Amino acid sequence: MTHTHLPVLFKLSRRTPSLLPNYVILTLLALFVAGPLIVLLFNSLKTTSEIGVNPLGPPIYIQFQNFPDAWNKGNYAVTIRNSVIVVAGTVTGVCLIAGLAAYALARLNAPGFGLFSLYLLVGTTLPITLFLVPLFFLWTRLGLTDNLFGLMVIYWATFSPFATFLLRSYMVAIPADFEDAARVDGANDWQVIRHVIIPIVWPGFLTVALVAGLGAWNEYILAYTFIQNDELKTVVTSFSAFTGRFTRDWGLTSAGAIIMTLPVIAFFLLLQRRFIEGLTQGGLKG
Amino acid sequence: MLTSTSIRPFPTRATPRSSRFIQRVIKPWLLLLPLLFFNVVVILAPSLGTIYYAFTDWSGLGDAQWTGLANFQRLLGDTIFWRAFGNNLIWCILFLTVPIGMALLGASLLANIRRGQTFFRVLYFAPYVIASVVVTALWRNIFNPSMGIGVQLAKLGLLWADIKFLGDSNIVLYSVAFIDNWHWWGFLLVIYFAAMQSVDYSLYEHARLEGANRWQEFIHITLPGIRPTLVFTLLITVIFSFLAFEYVWLLTQGGPANASEMLSTMAYKSAFRRFEAGYAAAIGLTTSVICLVFGTLFVALRRRGWEI
Repeated sequence: MTHTHLPVLFKLSRRTPSLLPNYVILTLLALFVAGPLIVLLFNSLKTTSEIGVNPLGPPIYIQFQNFPDAWNKGNYAVTIRNSVIVVAGTVTGVCLIAGLAAYALARLNAPGFGLFSLYLLVGTTLPITLFLVPLFFLWTRLGLTDNLFGLMVIYWATFSPFATFLLRSYMVAIPADFEDAARVDGANDWQVIRHVIIPIVWPGFLTVALVAGLGAWNEYILAYTFIQNDELKTVVTSFSAFTGRFTRDWGLTSAGAIIMTLPVIAFFLLLQRRFIEGLTQGGLKG
Repeated sequence: MLTSTSIRPFPTRATPRSSRFIQRVIKPWLLLLPLLFFNVVVILAPSLGTIYYAFTDWSGLGDAQWTGLANFQRLLGDTIFWRAFGNNLIWCILFLTVPIGMALLGASLLANIRRGQTFFRVLYFAPYVIASVVVTALWRNIFNPSMGIGVQLAKLGLLWADIKFLGDSNIVLYSVAFIDNWHWWGFLLVIYFAAMQSVDYSLYEHARLEGANRWQEFIHITLPGIRPTLVFTLLITVIFSFLAFEYVWLLTQGGPANASEMLSTMAYKSAFRRFEAGYAAAIGLTTSVICLVFGTLFVALRRRGWEI
């Protein structure tokens, strides 16, 4: 910049507003978010009798007995196993179904694909209210209620469209030359996918896996509707019943809440960038 | 899933023409088949089922009798339906203002700072990844009528604060919306924040040179700069507002005395408590049509050049 601009720049920097109000308001918003979580943590460390006199403050005597108690009374060994099965099955299924479809939509332009994409886009906006009731009675007739596989299949269908769009956007970005070069070298389809496509789009698969996995772990409405048997409940629906059984034992239910939330928070903090990317792209669509 | 037979090219065995047909049409559609199959079975076919059953007296089991518009006539005369519809409208107005206002405020403040930016962003987003059952359980304790925050504040002398947040039919809807918003607004903030990153920074420099204050910068640069994102979030807010279910169900199931009843909770109870699946289908169809109307209206107004 020339000398004539200097006075203006100087004035600008002097006029730059203070950031103190920013930090004050941002901190208040942070307290609004963190406060209830801190209360949850506090309560998980108190005895029931202490909660009676001190329901919201920090614990006076810290004790961890609520965690093993909640684990046993909440049947966590069984429900976490169920949730892990559902999450693993959902993630595997969604990655396969969406991976195949995304490859076709990105690479092979067959007649009817435009219409199919449109259908998929409309399909993701259909509200659960529209299909829940007939789906439930269809699933009852097929023996897929009270069945972890039956729940998984619903998650495949509801999570796959978003995953397909996300993976497609990754695959479109791969130069066609990469694939052609591999084919000239005699690679078959499987080898192309294994050695060319997957190494490039695996971050997309990771994002899809995180979003679908989180969705399956946290999902309530479908799990609540389709699984009634206590031995097959996921951690979410079982916890919901657990809080109903022990309404007065805040220590117990708070510890239970932390047990099922800790893995999610750990994953989230570890991979927050990918989580946020996936959820802000996918969450808006479904 | 990925069997080699379904995607291996057939270089020599078939005749050239049919081979090309297989390559160009059959193979791509085979790859789409799983997605299409599960989508049709789980979503499309049951959705079409809802459209049909809405005009029947189906109980959920056995056969359905065609009853024409009877379910819809009953719906129009059902006071609970109008209550629920009104609640969905209030919900819509609340979610168009409170979380969007909080998110815009937070995002624009966050965009100006450097230190602590990631910390605040991750913290605000965190409630969005926590399960709804946990969020509702934790707020039910805080709002507990005999031990919760209202009683504690009253003990400190703030007697007005002794409110039955989830038990008073005049405020239960707002309490539930408040709790739902607690986990939702941070998600919006992160979306707005990302959109603000792509606003041309030189516009702010120009505005400052011309003496604009922060409010003017926000109104004249930030908001127009993120308009596509903002409009999109307004649209999904309207649509989600008519579908809201989870937080209401977990906290009140529509009670007390239908004070927090929603179209979705009403439909759910009809189907699974009273076994009036036909009536539930009619409610579900009505809800979907309302969403469709708002969605179409929105798109149509934008096509006409409305600045929304």
